[in-house]
Amino acid sequence: MAIEASNVTKRFGDFTALDDVSVRVDDGALTALLGPSGSGKSTLLRIIAGLETPDAGEVEIGEEIVTNAPARTRDVGFVFQHYAPFKHMTVQGNVAFGLTVRKRPKAEIRARVHELLGLVRLEGLAERYPSQLSGGQLQRMALARALAVAPRVLLLDEPFGALDAQVRGELREWLRRLHEEIHVTTIFVTHDQEEAMEVAEQIVVMNKGKIEQAGSPQELYESPRNEFVMSFIGPVNRLGDSFLRPHDIQILGGWDFYSDDTSTEALIERVVHLGFEVRVELKLHDGREVWAQITRENAQQLELEEGQILAVRLPPPRVFA
Amino acid sequence: MGIYLSVLVLLPIAALLAQSTKGGTAAFWREVSNPEAVAAIKLTLAVAAIVVMINAAFGTLIAWVLVREELPGKRVVNALIDLPFALPTVVAGVVLLALYGKGGPVGIDITFTRASIGMALLFVTLPFVVRSVQPVLLELDLSMEEAAASLGASRLTVFRRIVLPALAPAIISGVALSFARAVGEFGSVVLISGNLPFKTEVGAVYIFSQISNEDLPAAAAVSVLLLLCALVVLGALTGLSHRRSRHVR
Amino acid sequence: MSARAWRLGLRTVALGYLALLLLAPVAMIFYRTFEGGLAPVWSAVSAPNAVHAFWLSIELVAIAVPLNTLFGIGIALLLERGNFRGRALLGLVIDLPFAISPVVVGLALILVYGQAGWFGDWLARGGIQVIFSVPGMVLATAFVSLPFVARETIPVLRELGTDAEQAAATLGASAWQTFWRVTLPAIRWGVVYGVVLTTARALGEFGAVSVVSGRIEGQTQQLPLYVQDRFENFDATGAYTAAVVLALLALATLVAMNLLTRRTRSRTPV
Repeated sequence: MAIEASNVTKRFGDFTALDDVSVRVDDGALTALLGPSGSGKSTLLRIIAGLETPDAGEVEIGEEIVTNAPARTRDVGFVFQHYAPFKHMTVQGNVAFGLTVRKRPKAEIRARVHELLGLVRLEGLAERYPSQLSGGQLQRMALARALAVAPRVLLLDEPFGALDAQVRGELREWLRRLHEEIHVTTIFVTHDQEEAMEVAEQIVVMNKGKIEQAGSPQELYESPRNEFVMSFIGPVNRLGDSFLRPHDIQILGGWDFYSDDTSTEALIERVVHLGFEVRVELKLHDGREVWAQITRENAQQLELEEGQILAVRLPPPRVFA
Repeated sequence: MGIYLSVLVLLPIAALLAQSTKGGTAAFWREVSNPEAVAAIKLTLAVAAIVVMINAAFGTLIAWVLVREELPGKRVVNALIDLPFALPTVVAGVVLLALYGKGGPVGIDITFTRASIGMALLFVTLPFVVRSVQPVLLELDLSMEEAAASLGASRLTVFRRIVLPALAPAIISGVALSFARAVGEFGSVVLISGNLPFKTEVGAVYIFSQISNEDLPAAAAVSVLLLLCALVVLGALTGLSHRRSRHVR
Repeated sequence: MSARAWRLGLRTVALGYLALLLLAPVAMIFYRTFEGGLAPVWSAVSAPNAVHAFWLSIELVAIAVPLNTLFGIGIALLLERGNFRGRALLGLVIDLPFAISPVVVGLALILVYGQAGWFGDWLARGGIQVIFSVPGMVLATAFVSLPFVARETIPVLRELGTDAEQAAATLGASAWQTFWRVTLPAIRWGVVYGVVLTTARALGEFGAVSVVSGRIEGQTQQLPLYVQDRFENFDATGAYTAAVVLALLALATLVAMNLLTRRTRSRTPV
């Protein structure tokens, strides 16, 4: 089912959470709503789910206008940041809930729950209670629960925000694979740019209630439409009005040997070893400060030291009107 | 639900206010300045004030011991603090009389004395300060006291300057609740004090006797006065407690 | 004084105070009651007025507690899940029974439902007697025990948060299904604790019921009133026995409260 939000506006008192926002998500796509806190991304998601009603605008799910329909009629699966488990029910009870309230026959429920627990790799934990599960397991249970009623759309609100870095990484990977298996239109909200880039096919970047840009991760990285998108998606050096990516700064070698027409003189102020990458903080000839990001190998070859004067090649700077 | 609330609470309160103001301010004043009423009100307020101060001290002490000390059977003692909540007031009176009244093993007889009123009120208001202070004490960050100690403060100083200010809002709030309760207390006092007008008759007993005499205006007027006293003190102390707790945060 | 001496001193004073004020008197009652052996206790317990008082107490509790429970849960839902203006005011009204003297409660009820009260004529025409009869006692009992379920349920509801309920909505549950399957089970211990407190209060109410009941022997005396009646008639055994029954019920309440404390966070665990 495709999802279309048109001209959606939402205010909470004096605060405008969404300002005339329009977004389209294709059927079967995996899309991220990316932005800082207060950007309106969660609000938009909740409006699509029917947990909030917009002040203006329309929401369509699969060509059907659902703007004022309550959440229970929309057939959406929703996963919360803190899992929202039904603490007094077992995992079985939780996952079965959607089917139970639809009064499906017991045998059918049991079979479906079994199938889903297998899908999310929680077999054998059916009789446990949420208090006995880890964060990662709880989130997988929440997913199973949402998928149990075969929703036409799956919505996830910062689903991995409450988890450890390692578990987060595993679940991201896992979500992508799940999507490949079950082609449900999926939208997830995140403030983590890396997560959006890694998981989503399409990213919608939001800021202060508006959409800055929507496109594939590649598009957003290479052709950002404005300063906000460029600095949000990936590291950036700001030099006055122009922006450079640290990865794009080439370190040629010592100034005396490697300088040419295209290079600039730079002094190494500090070299920071970040494991797989090396960050080189530079002061340019005209006094401006930038930092470059190079690989470990590159750094080793160049034998960089503080105080060295280098020849660097700066990429064409990007300026936004 | 609105109907339930109205039938049960709102209408009766409205009727009470209406009755007390029926004859206008003059009538109201006349009822409450009746000598017996005045004596009862003065006695009630005075004893309540003394009792809540004792509660403030002992309640805090008991809360301290329950939270900071290890005792065998602490859970039992802690549960018993709620006894005055669970025990009917009239039974409280009977129970105190059995021990401290005529024929009691201790040899003292407090029946028909003002001391008996004090004792009864101490009994029924015991839990308020304790229960108000306990959670605050539990949450209190020990490192504050440890820091003070490491800077050379004696235990008394630490208590006075660090702990007490932190507990003050809770103590004040407990005192407010105790006072409101003490001012209206009836059941525990009625058997034990003898209800002698001008001597051991508390406000609630006076109101009761006026009702029995079918002098509803008098009863209503004094009721409203006592209620106002309780609410004013409750409001003032709660406000004070909130202001202080903002500083502590 | 050494630290150890201080602490010992504090403990002694605190426990001593409790012993003198609480324990000794209660122990005394038990002693006095059973002093003369079991026979007088048995005859006191089986006296017709005593039995009647007991069942009347049960009847009052059986009516007041369920009503207050439903009300309490409803109010809690209204305050914590509804868009309600005047929350503070409603909270104050619900807490009113705590601030009012029981005698004043009785008076207020008489002013509305008594013969000379607002509804007096209307009730008399309908042949309904409220004051000086059981219905009045029900009202008095319900009034004084009103706040407990609400006060215990509200913080639990607040802490629960709406996430789980929203999840249930997205999964297709109706409002009733959500309440019954998700909300109520989550708040049940708070509700139970409130019910225990309500019951204890309803059983033990004296002042308000005293005013509205007329204290007619064998008809409008519940247990606490019965205690007073026996006491004033110099029937020490009768009074003490009834007192012991109530004290035992109080102790049962304390046990229940203590066990339930672990399940809710509304009271102080030690």
